[in-house]
Amino acid sequence: MLKITNMNVYYGNIYAIKDVSFDVGEGEIVTLIGANGAGKSTILKTISGLLRSKTGSISFAGEEISHTASHTIVKRGLAHVPEGRRVFLQMSVKENLEMGHYTQPGGTMDERIAQVYDKFPRLKERRRQLAGTLSGGEQQMLAMGRALMSRPKLLMLDEPSMGLAPLLVEQIFEIIKELNAAGVTILLVEQNANMALAVAHRGYVLETGRIVTTDNAAALLQDDAVRKAYLGG
Amino acid sequence: MKQFHIPMPVRYGMNTILIIALLLVGHLLMESGVLPRAHANNVIQVGFFIILAVSLNLTAGYLGQLPLGHAGFMAVGAYVGAIFWRSGLLPDGASIVVGLLFAGLVAALFGVMIGIPALRLRGDYLAIITLGFGEMIRVLINNIPTVTGGAQGLLGIPRHSSFLVVYICVVITCVAVHMLMKSRHGRAILSIRENEIAAESCGINTTYYKVMAFAFSAFFAGVAGALFAGNLGILVPGEFGFMTSINILMIVVLGGMGSMAGAVIAAAILTSLPLVMQGLAHFHVISYLPGASEHIVRYILQWIAQHRMIIYALLLIIAMIAKPTGLLGNYDFSLSRILEKLIRRRNVGKAEKGGADHG
Ligand SMILES: Nc1ncnc2c1ncn2[C@@H]1O[C@H](COP(=O)(O)OP(=O)(O)OP(=O)(O)O)[C@@H](O)[C@H]1O
Ligand SMILES: [Mg+2]
Repeated sequence: MLKITNMNVYYGNIYAIKDVSFDVGEGEIVTLIGANGAGKSTILKTISGLLRSKTGSISFAGEEISHTASHTIVKRGLAHVPEGRRVFLQMSVKENLEMGHYTQPGGTMDERIAQVYDKFPRLKERRRQLAGTLSGGEQQMLAMGRALMSRPKLLMLDEPSMGLAPLLVEQIFEIIKELNAAGVTILLVEQNANMALAVAHRGYVLETGRIVTTDNAAALLQDDAVRKAYLGG
Repeated sequence: MKQFHIPMPVRYGMNTILIIALLLVGHLLMESGVLPRAHANNVIQVGFFIILAVSLNLTAGYLGQLPLGHAGFMAVGAYVGAIFWRSGLLPDGASIVVGLLFAGLVAALFGVMIGIPALRLRGDYLAIITLGFGEMIRVLINNIPTVTGGAQGLLGIPRHSSFLVVYICVVITCVAVHMLMKSRHGRAILSIRENEIAAESCGINTTYYKVMAFAFSAFFAGVAGALFAGNLGILVPGEFGFMTSINILMIVVLGGMGSMAGAVIAAAILTSLPLVMQGLAHFHVISYLPGASEHIVRYILQWIAQHRMIIYALLLIIAMIAKPTGLLGNYDFSLSRILEKLIRRRNVGKAEKGGADHG
């Protein structure tokens, strides 16, 4: 469904992503794990068109998107929940969700919002509250809910568990599994390698801009080198 | 309990009646000669400053950028309108309408032209490039005297900016900006101010909307420019300097970035300030003040009237300390909402009484 070949990304003369290739099959949960600064967010931003790769190709659902504007990519069904919960702080929860529906035909909004409220009952309770006054976890839910409003075929999540209490982390991962079961393909970036590998089908390990290992999630969980570096022994 | 809402057609009806009533009162006052000349002229000036502030509010308030070249767009509109009117191509009535549209459209074109390169930049850079643009326009006007009259000025512009014309333009500007901001396009513009990356990841074409906001903003600034020309009857490029841009920005900041009502009120207050102070200075009550204080008060009032820029700056500083979001923040005035609130409060009062009766 998503295929990246030879991605090379620079920030000025900082060489951030070095010849990265990987793919995500339809219906899969694939995770990218790696230490701080490995380049995980950079890869997601490049896929969603916020940054550009110098070389290679990015193909999504059979179409080349490496030169497509990022707002068009969203329309094609590829949603990105960026790092750090970028919600509209001065808008209410409901208005945030409405913004997420921007690319969709008008008549379907209320139904879609109801579906998102179903997934995140907490958002329904808080629908009139300004997003800026939500807790960190609620903002993360809102960011995910907003991305779901655009009915994505593929959802890219950048560290959805960042700064959340363990109970909430579990909830979020539970929801990721549910979404996947409902047919959404997921590309998940995580520091929390344990959790990520527990829900994912496959994983890629990234080190300073390069993919160093890839395998089934179960195998990666057993891999000695990976355990040492990312799973705390 | 279901909240009380005034139905949509009634709202529109109410607002229309209010707008027409204001028009009639204004028209009567202006045409009957009750108002002294200076006051009548002040009313007209308030009119185009409202248009300027409301249009700048689109980019400075709703879009969240900091353009410093609004006077440039105003200048483009002023000269285009003036030259068209002077040409006398069309009979008066049609000429006014076409001239204003033409002024707006050419200014909007400049808005797009400056918008496309400028909007790749952000913050300080955008401010600087728009500032440069404003000055460039002024220099350009100075240097093509065959078309613009250059520094000598452009004379003999038909006086088309009657109260009626200005008032209608003010209403159209406010209604158009209001409807734009209520539409999904308006939401898109607001979301860019809130968080550009999030807006982009919602599928909003942020570049397109920034240019669109700039074009709209420039259009109305151009219209205001033409009204300005049709009021004075003479144009000199010096009118459209950097200070004019700052003046308009100050109105927007004081009124509250992103509040149309704030822009309107601040435009009225700041534009009228010199006249009001002058008026107060000559107010006979002051002569009852004891001894020297009479002269001191009069002197202060006159000083304020003559040094309005210093007062604006002071007001701005005070506002930034006391209420950084401006007079009204991003609150917007709505007649129907106020009525709804009053009616609701009365209903609640009744309900409480009813409850007490039962108990
Ligand atoms: N705007 C930028 N300008 C210059 N360098 C950048 C920029 N953004 C990221 N980098 C660098 O690129 C590298 C990869 O950054 P990236 O944000 O992709 O890491 P990450 O794997 O997401 O890390 P984290 O887990 O901390 O979020 C880092 O070395 C970072 O310093
Ligand atoms: Mg990151």
